[in-house]
Amino acid sequence: MQKFVRKEGLVAPLDRSNVDTDLIIPKQFLKSIKRSGFGPNLFDELRYLDEGYPGQDCSQRPKNPDFVLNQPRYEGASVLLARSNFGCGSSREHAPWALEDFGFKVIIAPSFADIFFNNAFKNGLLLITLDEETVDRLFKEVEANEGYRLDVDLDGQNVITPSGEQIPFEVDSFRKYCLQNGLDDIGITLEQADAIRTFEAQHKTEQPWLFRDA
Amino acid sequence: MAAQTLYDKLWQAHLVSTRDDGTSLLYIDRQLLHEVTSPQAFEGLRLAGRTPWRLDANLATADHNVPTTSLERSEGVDGIKDNVSRIQVMTLDDNCQSFGIELYSINDLRQGIVHVVGPEQGATLPGMTVVCGDSHTSTHGAFAALSHGIGTSEVEHVMATQCLLQRKMKNMQVRVEGELGRGVTAKDIVLAVIGKIGTAGGTGYAIEFAGSAIRDLSMEGRMTICNMSIEAGARVGLVAADETTFDYIRNRPFAPRAEQWDAAVAYWRNLVSDEGAHFDKIVELDAAEIEPQVTWGTSPEMVAGVHDSVPDPAQESDATKRRGIERALEYMGLEANQAITDIKLDCVFIGSCTNSRIEDLREAAKVAQGRRVASSVKLAMVVPGSGLVKKQAEKEGLDRIFKEAGFEWREPGCSMCLAMNADKLGAGEHCASTSNRNFEGRQGYGGRTHLVSPAMAAAAAIAGHFVDVRDFDQAPRAAVSA
Ligand code: SF4
Repeated sequence: MQKFVRKEGLVAPLDRSNVDTDLIIPKQFLKSIKRSGFGPNLFDELRYLDEGYPGQDCSQRPKNPDFVLNQPRYEGASVLLARSNFGCGSSREHAPWALEDFGFKVIIAPSFADIFFNNAFKNGLLLITLDEETVDRLFKEVEANEGYRLDVDLDGQNVITPSGEQIPFEVDSFRKYCLQNGLDDIGITLEQADAIRTFEAQHKTEQPWLFRDA
Repeated sequence: MAAQTLYDKLWQAHLVSTRDDGTSLLYIDRQLLHEVTSPQAFEGLRLAGRTPWRLDANLATADHNVPTTSLERSEGVDGIKDNVSRIQVMTLDDNCQSFGIELYSINDLRQGIVHVVGPEQGATLPGMTVVCGDSHTSTHGAFAALSHGIGTSEVEHVMATQCLLQRKMKNMQVRVEGELGRGVTAKDIVLAVIGKIGTAGGTGYAIEFAGSAIRDLSMEGRMTICNMSIEAGARVGLVAADETTFDYIRNRPFAPRAEQWDAAVAYWRNLVSDEGAHFDKIVELDAAEIEPQVTWGTSPEMVAGVHDSVPDPAQESDATKRRGIERALEYMGLEANQAITDIKLDCVFIGSCTNSRIEDLREAAKVAQGRRVASSVKLAMVVPGSGLVKKQAEKEGLDRIFKEAGFEWREPGCSMCLAMNADKLGAGEHCASTSNRNFEGRQGYGGRTHLVSPAMAAAAAIAGHFVDVRDFDQAPRAAVSA
């Protein structure tokens, strides 16, 4: 996982609440054996006018010009501004994989669904919860100003607007630590490798039949 | 030490460490792998340059995507027609080979549904922690093993660290006392439990199934019950270890031998809840009162006895529940107050990790013997849970009984349980199924699933509609045409 310290990027606004995991990435793409390559199918049903299927060349498909990510002014966005209960639905990790693969690093919303929230951090995305009013104001600013960018400072826990305004945010200290150090759950657990080995040795003495090489 | 539940003991025996916030690192003894939820985990390992912590803890088989017709199976992996399915199965083969993980691939005699294969090989042992990227991993709790379904990141986590990050659940005991009536099976018990506590009734709990009716069950029956604990919302189902457990395991390929066997059994005898152990919730059922069950709706809790009728939403005072019933009846194409026995069937599926073991096939064959599938039933199929179950059934002549009765006899796999391969229901078709989920579209787009026991499914196939297998059993058998 990449270390996350500070990210500055173009903001794209997705103005709808309860965006579920099926909308983020439809289920026909779950048969894939990869965790990368989902970017072209992110928000597939909103982004394209035809029905998508796995393995297709998406550059040839008719795009929905009204969808925000298809508008030239939002090309290359890395910060997604969203509405409440973002990421509801199933536990599949394809949703954060698709958002990440597309190029998003930060998602800002008034609230996120539980499982999605966990999965996103596990995959290096920073989710920032801000109050409804602030999010609403950001939506207005983004829409009024082409090329609107936000500077996200994880160390100082601040979102900095183009005018220099600082909006503080909360983040769980354990999650912050993982992001800052580029540690995934596995990396964290492996910090306890010695404890695991000690446990394992003891376990093997007590129940040797659980180990085929015993 | 204070009296402990079986779950407490299993948890304690695998605890590596606990953080201040209660998140614990739990050591995992066995990880079962299949083709759908493992590829990204292997890819993740590779990208991070990691290797599996302990190879001998892993065991893999292909099940969800494999075709079940002998013709398509005859050419092995290359013969799988669906591209994406073939790639998933091939990827599992490649990954297991390159990492050195034991694999039962498509036409290996030991291949089958992961939750049938583990116990069958003795790879699921009492006192273990067992995980798999599949929610029905709860099945293995029948062996007094702590088993959870997990997500893909967790599959990778377990492969890399041999541990899982977990929080401790609460304890629930479901006591089923007394004797089951004739023709009533483990499947009916678990459907009745879900009907009673609801699909969220077990959320946050590890459920231990106890009582004389559970102790009287075979291992196959106990697996059926634990398999569906997830349908009651509980990720973990458990049954205490006893002689039935030990008898089942003895001499299986992964089972301990010689003096290790004796040491193991001595350890396993302690895998029961202590007298006076505290349960946060206790639910009681009288076995004698349980009837053969049939689901009528789109959630496993929408279930009734075979002599009941489909509910009338007008009788439901809770508005949310009323809308739920209305919606389910509409999807299922059923009328309020319609007798369950009036539901006609287009299809019958005997299989899945809930009911595809040898005992299940015997029960179904007993009903099918000397009878014919009704002409109105378009497809009745039997899909054994593994190559070994299939072989055993053929040895006992069950395949012949099924085929003579007009059932199709297939190759092992998940098949129509989730319709990821070619076995699917058509829109609007009613299916009597021995699987575990009757969700909308689960067995095919627009398909209508009714969950029942193997005996009830066989009886429904013969009659063309649901019947009480207990009455049916007394009916004369037609001569079998040669
Ligand atoms: S048989 Fe059905 S429930 Fe069981 S593992 Fe296969 S798909 Fe899942």
